[in-house]
Amino acid sequence: MEADTSRLYRIMYLIRRFEETVLDNFPKGVFSGTTHTYLGQEANAAGVLDHIREADIVVSNHRCHGHFLAYGGQPHPLFAELMGKASGVCGGRGGSQHLHWRNFFSNGVLGGTVPLATGMAVAEKHKGSRSVVIAFLGDGTLGEGVVYESLNIASLWQAPILYVVENNHIAQTTPSEMALAGNIAARFNAFDIPVVELDTSNVLEVWSAAGAQVEAVRSASTPHALLLHTCRFGPHSKGDDTRPAEETAEMRRSRDPLTLHTARLDQFTRHSLEQDVDLEIARAFKQALADPFPALTP
Amino acid sequence: MPSVLESLNTGLLNAFADSKDIYLLGEDVLDPYGGAFKVTQGLSTAYQERVLTTPVSEAGITGVAAGMALRGLRPVVEIMFGDFITLIADQVINHIAKFRWMYNDQVRVPLVIRTPMGGRRGYGPTHSQTLEKLFLGIPGLVVLAPTHLGDPGRLLYDAILNCDDPVLFVENKLLYLLPAQGAGTSGEFDTKSWTGSPAAQPDLATFAPVYTINLLDAPAPTLTICAYGYMAEMARQAVLTLAYEHEIFCELIVPTMLAPFEAQPLVESVQRTGNLLVVEEGTLSFGWGAEIIAVCSEAPELRLSSARRLAARETPVPASSALEASTLPDQYSIVNSCLEIVHNG
Repeated sequence: MEADTSRLYRIMYLIRRFEETVLDNFPKGVFSGTTHTYLGQEANAAGVLDHIREADIVVSNHRCHGHFLAYGGQPHPLFAELMGKASGVCGGRGGSQHLHWRNFFSNGVLGGTVPLATGMAVAEKHKGSRSVVIAFLGDGTLGEGVVYESLNIASLWQAPILYVVENNHIAQTTPSEMALAGNIAARFNAFDIPVVELDTSNVLEVWSAAGAQVEAVRSASTPHALLLHTCRFGPHSKGDDTRPAEETAEMRRSRDPLTLHTARLDQFTRHSLEQDVDLEIARAFKQALADPFPALTP
Repeated sequence: MPSVLESLNTGLLNAFADSKDIYLLGEDVLDPYGGAFKVTQGLSTAYQERVLTTPVSEAGITGVAAGMALRGLRPVVEIMFGDFITLIADQVINHIAKFRWMYNDQVRVPLVIRTPMGGRRGYGPTHSQTLEKLFLGIPGLVVLAPTHLGDPGRLLYDAILNCDDPVLFVENKLLYLLPAQGAGTSGEFDTKSWTGSPAAQPDLATFAPVYTINLLDAPAPTLTICAYGYMAEMARQAVLTLAYEHEIFCELIVPTMLAPFEAQPLVESVQRTGNLLVVEEGTLSFGWGAEIIAVCSEAPELRLSSARRLAARETPVPASSALEASTLPDQYSIVNSCLEIVHNG
């Protein structure tokens, strides 16, 4: 199967524009609470979630906007959720980190979603469905003990789940060298969970590897892992990036998934896609801004 | 009369028979062992595919069960000792109890977490505690405590099949060998059963009774005792002593749903008696009893003459049986507390 290069670009550009709009507008006070943007990691969500089927399940974490949009979620209810509006994904109850739509779930406490996703896969296996679960976690989450309880159970019970580790080398402000001993792939190997490891921001490479792993999970009904070394361009949430500016500038020069993909599209197609997305984002943002706030029912 | 243990076992077996969506996850639950306290005995023989013995991973299996519940199954988790519910706190508080509301009522989590709780078996500080107070007052979580009154197995069955919200089901260990009493008249007691939805959560199924217990043919009670779980039996013993040795007549209120708490039968009882003793096996401070008294204090129709709490001493539960006996409340300390209320107000 060939990748649809325009579709992948469109999703990555949608995520990029969404997150930039969030960060640009946060200081204006239109969003409440906090946010964790996916800038720089767009190739992962786009490349992995291009392979899911309607009945598959996606479990995400605090940095979930990119996963949500690549899953097929719309920007308007996501903007609205971040603004705490009634039209939000969860009616404003959850906010940025707590999304549920169709078979997409995210939660803001690290680690706890991993047994949850594993249990969903166990359920699908027992029900005899062919659905698989995709669980996204980051390098920071590897510090949580319940992750290893989950990997153990997933391997013992052969749960049809793909663990996607996005290692952006930094947990909030702590570099992974200060928080992560040993190596990540070995963690999965210890539980006999096959792992494929990539260090790339090239969406086609992610797409190919993810496609093979999703297919392996589905056909064998067993757990697999995809380890993606990646780059977080922006702050952990907002204004809390302690890395030297030249470090993130270098990432943006050499590891921007959009730039890397640009050459694969003819200029006309790309401009047209970008215009469409710019308009979609602008409309969604404006509409969410105008939407009413929810009220608690007595 | 079956024991509480047999009743709970029957409740589980019936739930498995009536729905293929029921699963049980727990440590050492397979036959021939059948679980540390034998509540799951026979289950894995009858339903091998749906009884999953697990690694020693309380948080992990609770999260896995929650995932199964979100995908349409109705899992039951056994946590071997109630002391270990600290290990599942994040799963329960930040995930399971939150999902329904946080996701804007788009999901339900029909999950029952069963666990044996309590002391008097000499297991020492980490296997004897009564920790459910840590899980009371969590929005979205139902906490049930069966007793030997009524039909504890039916309560478990209903929690599994007829409740779409997560339930923490707390089984006091000393209840297991007591005969399940049923409702109505038994021995010298008249036991009335009341069920209604808690005002705090009107959509919650009404299957968890509140029992109102009086001595047969006794004069009007002058004191209400509120207790649950095994303390309900200790309180029944105290009611007999108070009547026969002190001519003090008490009405005993035994809720089986601790949270959300429906106060109506208790408030009506205290309206009749004016005095209240609340008894729990957990430690005193910031506990269930304090909440019960606060609820009664706020009931506009109530004039509370006297209210007291009786609970465990504020230390870990000792291993030595002599020390343990003086740490936990029992029928004698209940009698003494009632005498103090009657004599000193």
